[in-house]
Amino acid sequence: MTNSWTDIRNTDLVVIMGGNAAEAHPCGFKWVTEAKANRGAKLIVIDPRYTRSASVSDYYAPIRQGTDIAFLLGVINYCIENDKVQWDYVRAFTNAAYLIKDGFAYQDGLFTGYDAEKRDYDRTTWDYQIGDDGYVVTDETLRNPRCVWNLLKEHASVYTPEMVERICGTPKDKFLRVAEMISECSTPTKTMTSMYALGWTQHSKGSQNIRTMAMLQLILGNIGVRGGGMNALRGHSNIQGLTDIGLMSNLIPGYLNIPTEKEVDYATYISSRGFKPLRPNQVSYWQNYPKFFISFQKAMWGSAATPQNDFAYHYLPKLDLAAYDVLRAFEMMDQGQMFGYFCQGFNPLLSFPDRGKITRALSKLDYLVIMDPLETETARFWENHGEFNDVDTASIQTEVYQLPTSCFAEDEGALVNSGRWLQWHWPAQNPPGDARQDTWIMAQLYQRLKKLYQEEGGKFADPILNLHWPYADPEDPKADEMAREMNGYAVTDLRDPNDPTKVLVEAGKQVPGFAALRDDGSTACGNWIYSGSFTDAGNNMARRDNNDPDDTGAYLNWAFSWPANRRILYNRASADLDGKAWDPSRKLIEWDGTKWAGYDVPDIPPTSNPRDVGPFIMNPEGQSRLFSRGMMRDGPFPAHYEPFEAPIANVVAPAIRGNPVARVFESDREHFGDAEEFPYAATSYRLTEHFHYWTKHVWVNAVLQPEFFVEISEELAAEKGIEKGGWCRVWNKRGSVHAKAVVTKRIQPLVCDGKPVHIVGIPLHWGFTGAAKNGMGPNSLTPFVGDANIETPEFKAFLVNIERSDGPATA
Amino acid sequence: MNMEISRRSFLKGVGAGVAVTTLGAFGFGEAEAAFVEGLRPYKLAGTTETRNTCPYCSVACGVIIYSKGDITQGTAEAIHLEGDVDHPTNRGTLCPKGAALMDFIKAETRLTKPKVRRPGSDRFEEVSWSEALDGIARRMKDDRDANFIERNMDGVPVNRWTTTGFLAASATTNETAYLTYKVVRSTGIVAFDNQARV
Repeated sequence: MTNSWTDIRNTDLVVIMGGNAAEAHPCGFKWVTEAKANRGAKLIVIDPRYTRSASVSDYYAPIRQGTDIAFLLGVINYCIENDKVQWDYVRAFTNAAYLIKDGFAYQDGLFTGYDAEKRDYDRTTWDYQIGDDGYVVTDETLRNPRCVWNLLKEHASVYTPEMVERICGTPKDKFLRVAEMISECSTPTKTMTSMYALGWTQHSKGSQNIRTMAMLQLILGNIGVRGGGMNALRGHSNIQGLTDIGLMSNLIPGYLNIPTEKEVDYATYISSRGFKPLRPNQVSYWQNYPKFFISFQKAMWGSAATPQNDFAYHYLPKLDLAAYDVLRAFEMMDQGQMFGYFCQGFNPLLSFPDRGKITRALSKLDYLVIMDPLETETARFWENHGEFNDVDTASIQTEVYQLPTSCFAEDEGALVNSGRWLQWHWPAQNPPGDARQDTWIMAQLYQRLKKLYQEEGGKFADPILNLHWPYADPEDPKADEMAREMNGYAVTDLRDPNDPTKVLVEAGKQVPGFAALRDDGSTACGNWIYSGSFTDAGNNMARRDNNDPDDTGAYLNWAFSWPANRRILYNRASADLDGKAWDPSRKLIEWDGTKWAGYDVPDIPPTSNPRDVGPFIMNPEGQSRLFSRGMMRDGPFPAHYEPFEAPIANVVAPAIRGNPVARVFESDREHFGDAEEFPYAATSYRLTEHFHYWTKHVWVNAVLQPEFFVEISEELAAEKGIEKGGWCRVWNKRGSVHAKAVVTKRIQPLVCDGKPVHIVGIPLHWGFTGAAKNGMGPNSLTPFVGDANIETPEFKAFLVNIERSDGPATA
Repeated sequence: MNMEISRRSFLKGVGAGVAVTTLGAFGFGEAEAAFVEGLRPYKLAGTTETRNTCPYCSVACGVIIYSKGDITQGTAEAIHLEGDVDHPTNRGTLCPKGAALMDFIKAETRLTKPKVRRPGSDRFEEVSWSEALDGIARRMKDDRDANFIERNMDGVPVNRWTTTGFLAASATTNETAYLTYKVVRSTGIVAFDNQARV
């Protein structure tokens, strides 16, 4: 989230699209209710299903899953056509006036530079015109046809209300009502918030779904303000933290990158990370990249990271691909290229697409290690459970270790909520039986591996042998030791560069924040964005002061919010060019003539002159991007692409299937289905009473929602002779599941491109372990393809067929 | 903070003995004595309150867990859980998942012993921690030594281990995540991910 749960109280309009907060985030949804009750805020829900969020909305519009970009570009087009733009914001804080290179164009669903063979673009023309002074050329009058604003205007113009209806199935009058309500937020004193979740991410163009709404929010002037923002609801309790700490193939903590093998040495690696400002006077904060990177290397490898060895640059792996993401990992397993796999609190047998392939892949492993507090289907993927896991146990040669871990009630440490708050918690009980904390298990594995390398030698042991391990009990490091290391500390005395006799931070002391980090090896910091969370003043994540002056929703002394305890990102944009709040009733920070101050920690150097320095300090532009240059693989503007399995062809670009640059493995292509054979548009979702595959182990929740079902409209049920509560079978080329049918008015057939489209809803909570009834889930049916930028699987839009059935033989 | 102190003081005052004295002082006689007989001590009396966070979605509702026993002695056991009224986000409320968390902590399917399933076998067998951890470390080292790529075809050091992968959990703490990161990255594993990808 750019903002926070408690900030939603400040909004005038909530748009829930690509999420269902009332059911999946019930206690956060209370802030929508607060805004409605106390400010008269309105709620719009746009969803294929009439969800419980929709049931308390002021306006609901149906949409076919996988067409959000067309809808939102339609709203952008509406705002441009009707002059519903917060012009002062757009001119001052976005790249609307920047001129784009002459070669760049868009035609028939493709941008310049497409290579069909590689399914990739040459993105060199997707960039700004640079002037002789080294800065971007702009046209502040917005008259130049090559300026971002005019290119966007042209790009969005195809998405008329009629076109939106044709693609999305949203009746024109409903679309127009939504567009009108949203466009009212273009005034400086009305704000809209976007609440979204996996309904936007789990698509082959998920990143662009989010980006389209972010662009709309910029056009309306809603980023950086109270009650505004782009608010990812996020699925797991610490999914934000795990991302911040970079537990992903291509990341280093704090959103730094693992090098590629083209970056043959540190000098090459850092040379492409200069982040020279693209406009005069801009902060371009990533210019500090070397300080964050070298401080991280010092935290990892301590005294073994020296200037002489480029601070252990070669201890890091170098990627030959964009990432070894989870889909690639299972493809490699299936191809016999991966032999060992660890699942630390993860249940891929139910949570990755094309379950048949997942089972096949796991069966080819030599060893699989499960660390979990609960039984998981993955730990027992080799066990035959009839229809629910029909495998040939004896033929599976995988050795499986199942290690019992503690759960939240037995752990100490911080979790990061969707609003970037790091909240510390304490253990209330001891783990049951022989279960142990994950930290102990990881330390034990490390110590054993290290010992083996010490005793036997082996391939490149240096990064293992030299891993910095300064913990009081090396066999069992403690949470506060990790937290201190992530905050960062001085390795040697940090002297004032202007007065070397003055020591700012003594060796061994915690740094006060990331501004103290250096690139000469004198500081160590495990995750620069958490710097400030555990200083010499103590553990700021454990703070419990719920005082909130003037009820702004900031709660500055409750826990710690990264970065630098800032509660609303880009908050300088809450004020106009002179530093006065756009909306005096929603003041956040203001310029008092000498500095920025207010209810939040300013997201700009506090003495920056408001007319000189732009609010988007992480961008070399200092401004936000309506045109994202070559930073996303599938386009500098979003464009409508159908899901890989769609009930109709792409109306704006009929020749294109799916996202033209999304990666497709050859072996999966043959398992895609077409609308002739599989006419129904399926989607997956969660229920209020369940959390993924955990709560089927919880008696209360297993009683509340005991068994698998699919949800279909009365029309489809009648057409197929499926009864309410009766059995049906849902299938496609990847799998087949039996389910009870919930026949409902919550799902209505849509008309897309003149054709009726029926939607099949498939919730995801059942398996073959736990207290609930055995059942199947959507991943038996979903395609093995992901988002073009980050490979999140396309779980939300795929095709199936459905028929009445007698149920599973073993039900 | 004050609220908590007052809650504790209140709990101390709710012992059955105190209740008898108070009721007796009002002079209600035998009926009341019988009533008092039926009272049981307040179940949270004498428990330890611990602040925690709901482990499900990332609204991150504050919860308070009440436990008996002593965590430093390995005897602490949670007996009750409720929403934290001081928490700014949830203000004491919990959803149908959070409200049932005690049943998660005490689920019958919680794992309590390290186990291994040998190739081709149809069952898990219990093993000691040492046996499990030694076995895994051996597997890791053998696979790493057999398949680790030190240099690419151009002779550039690439130091990657592609044949073992690691999925981390986005319900673990930052601190677990960070220690996991250090260990996994030090080995050169590149197939490293968590639920954020999904």
